[in-house]
Amino acid sequence: MRNLFKLIAIIPLLVFANIGYTADMKVGFIYIGPPGDHGWNYQHDVGRKAVDKAFGDKVETVFQENVPESADAERVMTQMALSGADMIFATSFGYMDPVLNVAKKFPKVKFEHATGYKTADNVSTYSARFYEGRSVIGHVAGKMTKSNKIGYVASFPIPEVVRGINSAYLAAKKANPNVEFKVIWIFTWYDPAKEADAAKTLISQGADVIMQHVDSSAIMTVAEEAGVYAFGQASDMSEFGPNAHLTAIINGWGPYYVKRVKQAMNGTWKGGEQTFDGIKSGMVVIGDMSDKIPDDVKKEAMAIADGIASGSMHSFTGPVNKQDGSPWLKAGETADIGTLLGMNFYVEGIEGDIPK
Amino acid sequence: MDFSEINIPILIASLIVTATPLILAALGELIAEKSGVLNLGVEGMMIIGAVSGFIIGVETGSALLGIIGSAVGGALLSFLFAFIVLVMKANQVASGLALTIFGLGIAALLGHPYTGIAPPQFQSFSLPLLEDIPIIGVMFFQHDFVVYFSILASIATWYFLKYSRRGLVLRSIGENHDVAHSLGYKVIATRFASILFGGALAGLGGGYLSLVRVPQWTEGMTAGAGWIALALVVFSGWHPFRLILGAYIFGGITILQLNLQAIGVNINIAILSMAPYLATIIALVIISVSRIQGNKGAPGSLGVSFVKVT
Repeated sequence: MRNLFKLIAIIPLLVFANIGYTADMKVGFIYIGPPGDHGWNYQHDVGRKAVDKAFGDKVETVFQENVPESADAERVMTQMALSGADMIFATSFGYMDPVLNVAKKFPKVKFEHATGYKTADNVSTYSARFYEGRSVIGHVAGKMTKSNKIGYVASFPIPEVVRGINSAYLAAKKANPNVEFKVIWIFTWYDPAKEADAAKTLISQGADVIMQHVDSSAIMTVAEEAGVYAFGQASDMSEFGPNAHLTAIINGWGPYYVKRVKQAMNGTWKGGEQTFDGIKSGMVVIGDMSDKIPDDVKKEAMAIADGIASGSMHSFTGPVNKQDGSPWLKAGETADIGTLLGMNFYVEGIEGDIPK
Repeated sequence: MDFSEINIPILIASLIVTATPLILAALGELIAEKSGVLNLGVEGMMIIGAVSGFIIGVETGSALLGIIGSAVGGALLSFLFAFIVLVMKANQVASGLALTIFGLGIAALLGHPYTGIAPPQFQSFSLPLLEDIPIIGVMFFQHDFVVYFSILASIATWYFLKYSRRGLVLRSIGENHDVAHSLGYKVIATRFASILFGGALAGLGGGYLSLVRVPQWTEGMTAGAGWIALALVVFSGWHPFRLILGAYIFGGITILQLNLQAIGVNINIAILSMAPYLATIIALVIISVSRIQGNKGAPGSLGVSFVKVT
């Protein structure tokens, strides 16, 4: 049903696309949800607007929201390519195979796929080291919890999310050895009612700091009502929880988008590249810290962020064991990129199983 | 794994909150179906209720007016449906599906400027004295008035259908509209009223989502609740009390599975996620089969357009 509606929604795109434009280049974006989510999609749209601003009339950007991770994504991208897009940013993990399929049909169009791992001659991927940000907020969470229980609302058991849980846990544990993580998987990126239910459940079990790896701001609203703390996901969400909001991990896509569009314009863009940037390049930004956080904790948190940016610290530094007690990282050793990108295990101390 | 961490009274209280929008929407649909109209537009009416309630709530600063606005919004959309199927005699299934698609789209359009705004706070309406009872007070007597309304409405619906003359007329129209018509009952007018009632309750359910349960407006936020409500009506065998029971089972298992995950129970989470649907269907089918035996309670004229024969 919804898909049918989305198909109908594509029609105007088709019409507008044929009117003709004068820009040198046309760049398309597809979003999995509405840019009004104040989270993941919102930040990609901020990145799109940065492209608009940087190139003015030279580049025209178009976008399609609420594109499901299915054959619909292929249809939308095909339509964009047919209507003259020179470059397409597909901004969700599940667009991976659709991107490759469409890229094959349009070898001249440049594709950029967020958070995926498959590339082609005209497909590059980009992702952010969100786990670096999770080290910072994990530290804050460990210091701020009074019940020593931190709730975590997780979406899908993919490496990116598992990495975030592990990174946050290691930082929180270091800040507060008594800390315990409670994880709920809700198998959706965006369902405000489900996210709210999960957060309420965690709070009812005694969690007084809630972390999230889902896209809406529902959890912040629930945390504000219940008088517990939470963190902004992808964007600053303090307007939803002025008292609850501690800080946020903000996704800064703008600089990357501008850089890649510029490369595409002057012919230096290459396919098959895999960008994985973090705090250092500004792809992961730590938001403003709430005045609820004591000054010394603020300083420690910023020191972690600076340390990661300068390379003197790493979110995964040994000794770290896997959940079953088997050794993973020796003392002083840091995780290699391959293990991080395919991470499918919890570190020692986290209870429960990762759903298969 | 520590089962003592599950807070049972809060679990019960949250399952009631989770089930309330379902009860409201399903109860409205039950009345419409009892009068012989199959309205598959519940999801659309819910989301319209969610968005109109939210907009009115934000603009007036009153959550109560917002809740009322959500019922009005749902009823307005159902008016369109009533006109199409009762006056224009269009196919009910197709019109209902179209209503859902239309509702989702128009709600997204209307709600666009309202994403990212916090609605006015809803005052919980604790029952004096009763709320102070330990444990039971938390579970049952510290809710907002919509929760109590959903239960009172179910009782009223049951009484209306079973004992009132008008309820009997409504049921007879649903069973066989030609006979009811020949006896002089107003088929179209009754069905019109039933559809509007159904729309108002579905809208209320949606408004409860956007104003109380989440509370914020986001596109597509009903996320299939309307379809669950439709299924509840059928599996409850068109009975208001079994409908409440079904909704509470559904809400209960939804909340229970979140609780089990949070304490780290080693059960496959795919099974946990599907449990609410399975358990609700199994429970209601078993009850319906043993109680009704043969007669599934479906109105005879359900889904059939009424054309006056002169």
